[in-house]
Amino acid sequence: MENKGLNKVDLIFEKIDPKEVLTKAYKISPDAIIQQILDSGLKGRGGAGFPTGLKWKYTAAVKEPDKYVVCNADEGEPGTFKDREILDRVAYKVYGGMVIAGKAIGAKKGIVYLRGEYRFLLPQLMKELDSFHKMIKQIGYDFNISYCMGSGAYICGEESALFESIEGGRGEPRNKPPYPTTSGVFNKPTSINNVETLVTAMMILTHGPESYSQLGTKDSRGSKVFSISGDTPTPGIFELELGMSVQEFVNEFGDGDTKAVQVGGASGFCVPRKKFGNTIIGFEGVPTGGSMKLFNSSRSMYNVLHNYLDFFAEESCGQCTPCRVGCQQLLKGVEKVKKGEVKSTYLNELMKLADTMKVASKCGLGQSVGNAFRTIVENFREEIIY
Amino acid sequence: MINLSINNQRVSVQPGTTVLEAAKKLNINIPTLCNHPDLCVAGNCRVCVVEQTGARTLIAACAMPVAEGMDIQTNTLKVRNARKHIVELLLSEHRSDCTKCYKNQKCELQALANEFAFGDTIFLDLVADRPYTIDRSSPSFMKDDSKCIRCQRCVRTCTELQHISAIAVANKGMHQKISSFHDRPMSHVVCTNCGQCVNRCPTGALVEKTYIDQVWDAIYDPDKHVVVQTAPAVRVALGEDLGYDPGERVTGKMVTALRQLGFDSVLDTDFSADLTIMEEGTELLTRLKKVLVDGDKKTRVPMFTSCSPGWIKFIEHKYPELLPNLSTCKSPQQMFGALAKTFFASKKKIDPAKVVSVSVMPCTAKKYEADRPEMRSSGYKDIDYVLTTRELAVMIKQAGIDFRNLEPSHYDSIMGESTGAAVIFGATGGVMEAALRTAYEIVTGREIPFKNLNITPVRGMEGVKEASLKIEGCVDDWKFLEGAELKVAIAHGLVNANKLMRLVSKGKAPYHFIEIMACPGGCIGGGGQPIPTSMEIRKNRMKAIYSEDEHMVLRKSHENPDVIAIYKEFLGKPNSHAAHELLHTHYTERESY
Repeated sequence: MENKGLNKVDLIFEKIDPKEVLTKAYKISPDAIIQQILDSGLKGRGGAGFPTGLKWKYTAAVKEPDKYVVCNADEGEPGTFKDREILDRVAYKVYGGMVIAGKAIGAKKGIVYLRGEYRFLLPQLMKELDSFHKMIKQIGYDFNISYCMGSGAYICGEESALFESIEGGRGEPRNKPPYPTTSGVFNKPTSINNVETLVTAMMILTHGPESYSQLGTKDSRGSKVFSISGDTPTPGIFELELGMSVQEFVNEFGDGDTKAVQVGGASGFCVPRKKFGNTIIGFEGVPTGGSMKLFNSSRSMYNVLHNYLDFFAEESCGQCTPCRVGCQQLLKGVEKVKKGEVKSTYLNELMKLADTMKVASKCGLGQSVGNAFRTIVENFREEIIY
Repeated sequence: MINLSINNQRVSVQPGTTVLEAAKKLNINIPTLCNHPDLCVAGNCRVCVVEQTGARTLIAACAMPVAEGMDIQTNTLKVRNARKHIVELLLSEHRSDCTKCYKNQKCELQALANEFAFGDTIFLDLVADRPYTIDRSSPSFMKDDSKCIRCQRCVRTCTELQHISAIAVANKGMHQKISSFHDRPMSHVVCTNCGQCVNRCPTGALVEKTYIDQVWDAIYDPDKHVVVQTAPAVRVALGEDLGYDPGERVTGKMVTALRQLGFDSVLDTDFSADLTIMEEGTELLTRLKKVLVDGDKKTRVPMFTSCSPGWIKFIEHKYPELLPNLSTCKSPQQMFGALAKTFFASKKKIDPAKVVSVSVMPCTAKKYEADRPEMRSSGYKDIDYVLTTRELAVMIKQAGIDFRNLEPSHYDSIMGESTGAAVIFGATGGVMEAALRTAYEIVTGREIPFKNLNITPVRGMEGVKEASLKIEGCVDDWKFLEGAELKVAIAHGLVNANKLMRLVSKGKAPYHFIEIMACPGGCIGGGGQPIPTSMEIRKNRMKAIYSEDEHMVLRKSHENPDVIAIYKEFLGKPNSHAAHELLHTHYTERESY
């Protein structure tokens, strides 16, 4: 197991001259851009971890004059607030990443889908966008970015629900295939990337893929912005190299009494103290879109689980059976167990249900409810029952 | 061709085929629920999940296109466990009062439960502690949210087939439900009462409002004379609810059954369909004369047919500015109703107050139509109760009638005679064909020049049909039409009606006469027809309708002896004052939201 230890990095928020980078990118071919991203080993920073270079390659391969780059800024995972910070501080790099993606896949239009609750950022973002548009026009790019505001649904962070929302429909995930690379927003080939992914792509073009791929591990190249919250003396945004263990993370950010870390938000995994040492934060261990929540021994893991299930029961789009009804059953089920109205072995039945939700739900939301449920119930069973 | 294997059997199918369709080709049954042949793929119930070798998750067979080399297993332990869970989850949010439910034994969820979820469920009852409402506001149907399993078939029906969106999905997560605009009662939204949603609801969440008990009460009331009329499309579909294959004509047996049920007079809506042709055909010719000869600016063409009450409600809401184009003729049901308590009662020497008028219709919108305040021209409610084809089947079963072994019999006289022109009212294009058969003959004095009177260009399942007919050799009264080309159009399903109406309101519809039926295929695909429905089933019913027409001795409305008699004895001539009093109506502008 490769372990890089805890190393702070300054890439995402590093000050660069976007004009210089974009001028450089303007002069190289789309294939060369894609190759650089492939070489860097960059995987999507929203949480699912699909290789960004491949996504661009597939979208570029579709012959269609009308394509889109969509920036997923619907940051809704409980405990993540990194995209807000990125947009607040280095929006020009997000735009830059979109222009580069546009050049790579052959798109002239970009849409930023901004979380409804981040509307307060919009005036500033639009102002920066204006001068950005002028700048790229000078270089020679034919690319236009527009904003679409979300309305507060967690599910709209799911790519196809996000497209539906942009198109004016209910935020409900679509059946896949077709995938966004062939049929995304307005049924056009679309590369949809997380805010951080786009910034990272820009930085890969700035410093070259070799230097980036030296960071991190074989499965998790590079660095990542973490949103750290919960029982920690230092909550906030930190950019760290991938490949540290949870223990190293807790040593740095814990309050000395950490009993569990929820990695990846409500849809992520709960790592208990006994597994801190041999769990790597990254795709080889516990993947995360950035949310890191620390819990100390004063916290009831029942309350944590209940909170997550309550969240999912509300935020499921309600379209498919396993997710809509399953979330409610898990929620009511643990309540009954806690009250002693059903036997504690009922948790085993709920665990099977969580497995069904994982394999039978239509989209990533329903498929990942079981992550938190299973890891909390498995590791803190007595807290759920008593 | 794409090659794949399902349960270790190889199959080659066209690209774009779904796994579900490919499995069907191998006679492998994959259970489904939200899937419906008339609607787009939803993939939301997940009952059809199957295992694909190499895939991270199970896949929904209805939504997954085939791919080369795919290896599918439909019956693994993983699949069975998931399916059982899914059906049990659906049951946990469904108020399972099955033995009392109108859809008992006709419910698709019940059938799945029978297969996958018998015995104790592990899941908690989610309905028990959740408030629910049963919306009984519409005279046509009821909406019971506690039985809804959110498959969204109704929503897709209303949007895709009817272009109405009276019902839509509201809220998310545990609060998700099928709702109406502002959550208003169904009687207070733009709903055409067409019942297409009812016809596609897999459970008892959407059912027609039944009047079976009221009809039984009337039948058993010795003081009442209960008259029943049956619509053209009922006779080619009723059999499906009584064990016959789609497309079986059961006209004669149905008449016998109605007598055995105890109806005092068993009459035929086909009679008033013929009457409609006389009235509507005359109205059309009069309109054309006013426009072409008199230069009357107030008279509008194209004229629209007015038989389909779902269509009437649609145009009242969506295109009120086009109401002057709508024929003022009542529908055959309402013409019949107005005559039942006037002409018929006086002929039979019965006090009209004692006549109870029942109609059997392929339609749920007819229930609404009968309740319209303007439908009281006899001085009473012209039609007291409307039953759907399905409700009649229920009554036949309740009475323990051995339908299959019934001797066929004929309708009663006076308002029971009909022609082939009337029976084809049941299929899209039928009213047009019937009208042309008569109008052409009135104008030219000759039969319409189509082999066996079959005007094939107006037949078939195409969404919007067009035809034109050159009129030559006119008789003196209609000389102004000499050489004219009569242009007609036909649409069925409100999504197609909407297409035509858009053209008309832009002034881009070069037609004289337009027939619209609210339901796909016309009345044969009506919301009150037996469940299930599909294009194939509707085509079979349509075939039966035309075969019924071919078997009739009389094929033209103006040759119906009962129609000739009623004009002679009672109405005078078509569009006369008496006819206007009883057989014509007016419309109401309604809001579009």
